[in-house]
Amino acid sequence: MSTLLEVKNLKNHFKTPNGLLHAVDGVSFKIETQKTLGVVGESGCGKSTLGRTIVHLTPKTGGEIFFEGKDITHIDKADLKKLRPNLQMIFQDPYSSLNPRMSVFQTISEPLIINRVERDRKKLSKRVLELMDIVGLSSDLANAFPHELDGGRRQRIGVARALALNPKFIVCDEPVSALDVSIQAQILNLMQDLQDELGLTYLFITHDLSVVKHISDNILVMYMGKMVEYTTSEQLFKHRYHPYTKALLAAVPIPEVGAKKERRLLKGEISSPINPKPGCRFAARCPYAQDKCRVEEPAFQAVEPGHFVACHFVGEINQLNA
Amino acid sequence: MREKLLEIKNLKVVYSTEEKVVEAVNHIDLTIHRGEALGLIGETGAGKTTTALSILNLIPDPPGKILEGEIDYNGTNLLSLNQKAMRSVRGNKISMIFQDPMTALNPVMTVGDQIAEVIRLHHKISRKEAYIKAQMMLETVGIPGNRLKDFPHQFSGGMKQRVVIAIALACNPELLIADEPTTALDVTIQEQVLDLMDKLQKEFNTSLLLITHDLGVVAEVCETVAIMYAGEIVEYGTLEQVYNDTKHPYTRGLFDSIPKFNEEVKRLKPIKGQMPNPANLPVGCNFADRCPDVMPKCREADPIVIDTGENHLVKCYKYMAGGYEA
Repeated sequence: MSTLLEVKNLKNHFKTPNGLLHAVDGVSFKIETQKTLGVVGESGCGKSTLGRTIVHLTPKTGGEIFFEGKDITHIDKADLKKLRPNLQMIFQDPYSSLNPRMSVFQTISEPLIINRVERDRKKLSKRVLELMDIVGLSSDLANAFPHELDGGRRQRIGVARALALNPKFIVCDEPVSALDVSIQAQILNLMQDLQDELGLTYLFITHDLSVVKHISDNILVMYMGKMVEYTTSEQLFKHRYHPYTKALLAAVPIPEVGAKKERRLLKGEISSPINPKPGCRFAARCPYAQDKCRVEEPAFQAVEPGHFVACHFVGEINQLNA
Repeated sequence: MREKLLEIKNLKVVYSTEEKVVEAVNHIDLTIHRGEALGLIGETGAGKTTTALSILNLIPDPPGKILEGEIDYNGTNLLSLNQKAMRSVRGNKISMIFQDPMTALNPVMTVGDQIAEVIRLHHKISRKEAYIKAQMMLETVGIPGNRLKDFPHQFSGGMKQRVVIAIALACNPELLIADEPTTALDVTIQEQVLDLMDKLQKEFNTSLLLITHDLGVVAEVCETVAIMYAGEIVEYGTLEQVYNDTKHPYTRGLFDSIPKFNEEVKRLKPIKGQMPNPANLPVGCNFADRCPDVMPKCREADPIVIDTGENHLVKCYKYMAGGYEA
């Protein structure tokens, strides 16, 4: 297995009238080819900014990005254009991410035309129909417009558009959040099939913990721009060590009778990422917080091989013999 | 058995435009008892919100129209009340929490004014007393009373939803309708809000109609469950009956579609296809085209509702033999 994408200490800060907003603050990870990294967190934790920064949709403040071993941190416009076919994105809202004045055919063919992949009209149309077939859209919808289609079909267009240039890596930003469960399952299955058939690598951003568990190989939990916990999907759902991850997983309502566990209510809400206070960003809501947490930022370190946690008291909280 | 508070009988609601008639709610029956929490589950377009709006007689007319049915509330048919009488019910006896707290509040009024407004509308008390009550309500939902003079934009999403709950509960309603109250919120905030609703519902002995698409939220809060599909209730029973002894193929499809949190499932089993166009419903069962257990007669005539035992109602031909007509 080779590393497809590596991110080192990525930072993205936005200037606001009230100060510096730390959207992404020192995120590092590697994704191996044909694997899925799930990024979870609540609104405002910086997960979408992370995805957009990686595909160069948002300029970054600091850090490095490597794609197939090549440094793409400071890439110029011409090189970026060559690279883009490999880095694609599927957006959250299939209602606003499609141009309402372009038909299904036009939307899917646009990347092929812009990148001059297919100059021949017949071949172009063959390729578009092939893409529609791959994502399960019937060919008689080619001339339909987005408003004629339901959410599930629209998201299939978004997937087909992302696949048009045979990408290696796709950032999926909440691709199923706007869909009903029965349709959500169809799209998730489609994305898994495509990964197997086309050898795709995903960065899957979501707030839905059941979805992320289902689709990811590894999971990164973020809180206010910081990495909180990172491990394999299997491990995280068996043992999680960070108090935030624990609270987050405990908060998920489980559709079973009597699953109502004792509530581990987290006090308060996510505070402002503008000019954050020193120390651990979770300290204000953490039931275990001590003075040290409010002063010193915890290091992101391995608790077990491959399982990283950013917490000063991870050993004490979990009774680990570290 | 507890006393019946609200009974929806044979309700049919349509939205008609020049070219088509959308049958949003098709002959549904629902009963809510005093202190009961009923979960109404369904996907987009199933008719959940239309059902809720019918109870409050808030269906936009035109294009909407309640064609048939009765909504019996404590012995009065709400649909027969005139606007003035209905206004004394809304926000007083029956109130509603809307999905999006960002748009449910008036941005140019302080939250205190908005809570006091409901109280003063329904009770003859002085402005001062209303504000004291408003402050109490704010504290009941976990917001410091000194924020009475703040505007909605000064609150976060979860806090705004608490304000909406405070407004809804200000007059001690007998029935609270919550339309996707936590869908716009993050999970940790959702848990806080659900916990609050649960606590207040028990404290005030309010009945709750919880509308949602989230099977997990219902499992946490409700005792009885109704599953809605294409304007009809396809399964109806206690939480245990519907979740542990799932009968209708659609309900089973819903459970199979969600990624499991507690167990390992390699591949999801989605329901194939889409919900039928409500302006052009098929002959026979609405779910026939997507149903894995479809039989020829499903496409010929609409199945009737069957009681499969102990008031576990299912609208499906598969259970015709084992049950009797409800």
